[in-house]
Amino acid sequence: MKIESMTAHEIRSGLIEKRFTAEAVVAACFERIRQAEPKIDAYLTLCEADAMAQARSIDERIERGEVPGKLAGVPIAVKDNICTDGIKTTCASKILYDFIPPYDATVAKKLKDADAILIGKTNMDEFAMGSSTENSGFKRTRNPWDLERVPGGSSGGSAAAVAAGTVPLALGSDTGGSIRQPAAFCGVVGLKPTYGLVSRFGLIAFGSSLDQIGPFAGTVKDSALLLEAIQGEDPLDSTSVKHAVREDYLSGIEEGVKGMRIGIPVEFFQAGLDSEIAAAIQESIERLKAMGAIVEEMSLPITVEGLSAYYIISSAEASSNLARFDGIRYGYRPEAFENLEELMEKSRSEAFGAEVKRRIMLGTYALSSGYYDAYYNRAQKLRSKIREQFREAFQRFDLILSPVSPVLPFKSGEKSSDPIEMYLADIYTININLAGLPALSMPCGFSAGGLPIGLQIIGPHFGEDRILKAAYALEQELGLPDRKPAI
Amino acid sequence: MSFETVIGLEIHAELHTRSKIFCSCATTFGAKPNANTCPICLGLPGTLPVLNEEVVNLAVKAGTALNCHINKLNKMDRKNYFYPDLPKAYQTSQYDLPICKGGHVDIEVDGMKKRIRLNRIHIEEDAGKLIHLEEQPVSLIDYNRVGVPLIEIVTEPDLRSVDEAVTFLRTLKAILEYGEISDCRMEQGSLRCDANISMRKTGQDTLNTKVELKNINSFKELQKALEKEEKRQRELYTFGEESKIKQETRRWDSAKGKTVPMRTKEDAHDYRYFPEPDLVPIIIREEQIVSIKESLPEMPAQKKERFARQYGLTEKEVDIIIGDKALSQYYEALVLLGAAPKAAANWILGDILRLLKEKELEADLIPVRPDALYRLIQIIAEGKISITAGKEVFEAMFITGKSADAIVEEKGLSQISDSVELEKIVEGILDSNPQSLKDYAAGKTQAAGFLMGQIMKASRGKANPQVTKELLDSKLKERLE
Ligand SMILES: [Zn+2]
Repeated sequence: MKIESMTAHEIRSGLIEKRFTAEAVVAACFERIRQAEPKIDAYLTLCEADAMAQARSIDERIERGEVPGKLAGVPIAVKDNICTDGIKTTCASKILYDFIPPYDATVAKKLKDADAILIGKTNMDEFAMGSSTENSGFKRTRNPWDLERVPGGSSGGSAAAVAAGTVPLALGSDTGGSIRQPAAFCGVVGLKPTYGLVSRFGLIAFGSSLDQIGPFAGTVKDSALLLEAIQGEDPLDSTSVKHAVREDYLSGIEEGVKGMRIGIPVEFFQAGLDSEIAAAIQESIERLKAMGAIVEEMSLPITVEGLSAYYIISSAEASSNLARFDGIRYGYRPEAFENLEELMEKSRSEAFGAEVKRRIMLGTYALSSGYYDAYYNRAQKLRSKIREQFREAFQRFDLILSPVSPVLPFKSGEKSSDPIEMYLADIYTININLAGLPALSMPCGFSAGGLPIGLQIIGPHFGEDRILKAAYALEQELGLPDRKPAI
Repeated sequence: MSFETVIGLEIHAELHTRSKIFCSCATTFGAKPNANTCPICLGLPGTLPVLNEEVVNLAVKAGTALNCHINKLNKMDRKNYFYPDLPKAYQTSQYDLPICKGGHVDIEVDGMKKRIRLNRIHIEEDAGKLIHLEEQPVSLIDYNRVGVPLIEIVTEPDLRSVDEAVTFLRTLKAILEYGEISDCRMEQGSLRCDANISMRKTGQDTLNTKVELKNINSFKELQKALEKEEKRQRELYTFGEESKIKQETRRWDSAKGKTVPMRTKEDAHDYRYFPEPDLVPIIIREEQIVSIKESLPEMPAQKKERFARQYGLTEKEVDIIIGDKALSQYYEALVLLGAAPKAAANWILGDILRLLKEKELEADLIPVRPDALYRLIQIIAEGKISITAGKEVFEAMFITGKSADAIVEEKGLSQISDSVELEKIVEGILDSNPQSLKDYAAGKTQAAGFLMGQIMKASRGKANPQVTKELLDSKLKERLE
């Protein structure tokens, strides 16, 4: 069994048709991990024993004639900022190096209910702050397409785990592009759902008003399948959306793009965009036109201001969200301290990484009295304008199409010394989070050097079905999923 | 030159809900440390708050009872500061859009009515409790109280004396109790008070440098803390040294009986308030306000008026009975059972209050239930025991918890009303006191009193005085004929 070339759909149907067992799937999965992981380093924790036990129980149930869940026997990797009951959840931070949550995130529970098999917890930028997974407090993850290059971030571990074929599915979180950019860098499909579609309960918060959990998969259909399993209102999350949402993204997925109106925002194609990326996107636009989509240039002028608003809001929220890590109740604590203040100070200064400290400082400053109006308040007003401009755009267009990242996967260490340059890499993704919109990142070509190029399809609120239709049509047209990295 | 005191109060009242504000943990007081906690109120990473709707309803109820404007759109904010009693390192509170604005409470001091304006009421969560061990350099944390819902009621600086401040707090407490908004158990910390106090020349309307007094947990403490600070400031003003008054926060230390400095203006926190992104704005519908208004129980002011009218009690009696919700409930229960309103009031204002004070008990812990007391009242009315004996029986009931009948039986207190038995005693006394009989015949009526005393003595106090008196009168008449 070659797990690296199997989709989640194929695994589930193979199990139900009894062509193989879940135990064999999990065994193959760990076999592949033993090959790939020494080179990629995508995982922080592996759960082999639990995974095997769960696989055997699924096999027994199938044997008894039960119909198993939607993701029966499908191996899945979960980003290490999503709480898993009894399994270490660290946010790739020293401050949570030994934290074992006594509860499951709602998505983790939903995965269990769907009979997916948790394989391991994946590496990430510490507390999801970063675009290269280089900010992990524990290790560097490498890009399966070129081991010298970063997998993107912050969900770099999840993207690399899928790209390396160790799992067909993974979960990530996206605050400013943390699913879409690593998906683009690793040549897989990554979807950031509408804010409120997927419960945030159990996701260790970075920017609460921006964070959203979403799927990574090798194919568009697999990402639709995983989205179906994790979405839905959650009484434990007040910001999860109340009205019933679509639970079936697969049934209409093959309907095609004929007649769809697709907008191309000029602001997303300006100086700074890598020419190979621009060319690949242009090629996809032509293909979509050929398939009957109506493609038009349009403008979203406000989005050029999004970056500063994003860094103020996300850092402000982070400064508050991360304040609870004080060494008092759980996590890292220094060996020696004189008093309470020193205990808190030492815990935080010894265990947080440089980027996390930078954002806490930035956010604390933005919320301070005397600066609140100039920074936080202004950023919120800008955010409303961004939301409004997208709302207007979606009255004229069904979808908006853009690059994911202005640059190709870069070399490890290449940008980590310059935070501003690193922040600029988020320029095409952050506006989507500010507006709370859904967006999907999918491979649309390769550079001359063999690096994957990502394309972003943005939809209106709860327009995931439309995004998936267009993505599926383009994926079929481009025929890229068969191209795999050589490990 | 004369100076006047300017006082404003901030009152924290724990709301009377079964579960905490953002999780389903119980709010019961006195549980084992950290028994009432869960990952949500402990603020473990990844957990999220969900607002308990009962909290909103009770805050609206408070706003309605205190004549506030209800903000139909309001929101929760984060108040950020590091302290181990706050597991999230922020308190979820309300900043610029509180649930209630304005409002007022009418108070009465020395027969003068006065209206005290409120600034606002907002919702927030309580913090945990730090316990510092005495012998070791160790502090323990009890998070049972964390996430218990509170309202903070903020007055305008309208109070002009310590008396007014104390009366305001009493009046407010009664409203919150009668409205079933808060238990207001000051000894358990479910009603706490901070006071801001400053001075100014009489007639001015400026607000001068104030001192904030925190951690006040009883009326007595409020009075003492304010009196001390008022005296200190008044002296400084009198000698023109008011510049020595610094804006600061002082904590009331009940053990020392004085305030101790906590922090000055310079090291005041910057709380970095911002809207709580984990909660959606609170929207209150008009129907909700109307139905809460309709469900509001009778407020103390209305109750006072009704008690005076319906039961014919004096203002002073009404004030004492209504001043304590448990007493007023006890009183009404007694009257409802059939006790005469005046007699019921006499029992409460006399023996009950005396015994409560002696045994240091709160009125909601009166060991004799109203129906048990009513039975005693009946026994007295039936003439089975005397009123004097009744008081003795009540005290025994209060201490032992036994019924009136059982105690009367035990102590052999039941009166002799049986005329055959009484007749024997009366005849016996008349036979052995011929001199008194002569005196009586000679018109010395006090001789009858002496005879009556002898009869009571012979019966060991059990002779029913009324029956005995009638019997003695008729026997005297008989013998004189
Ligand atoms: Zn709780």
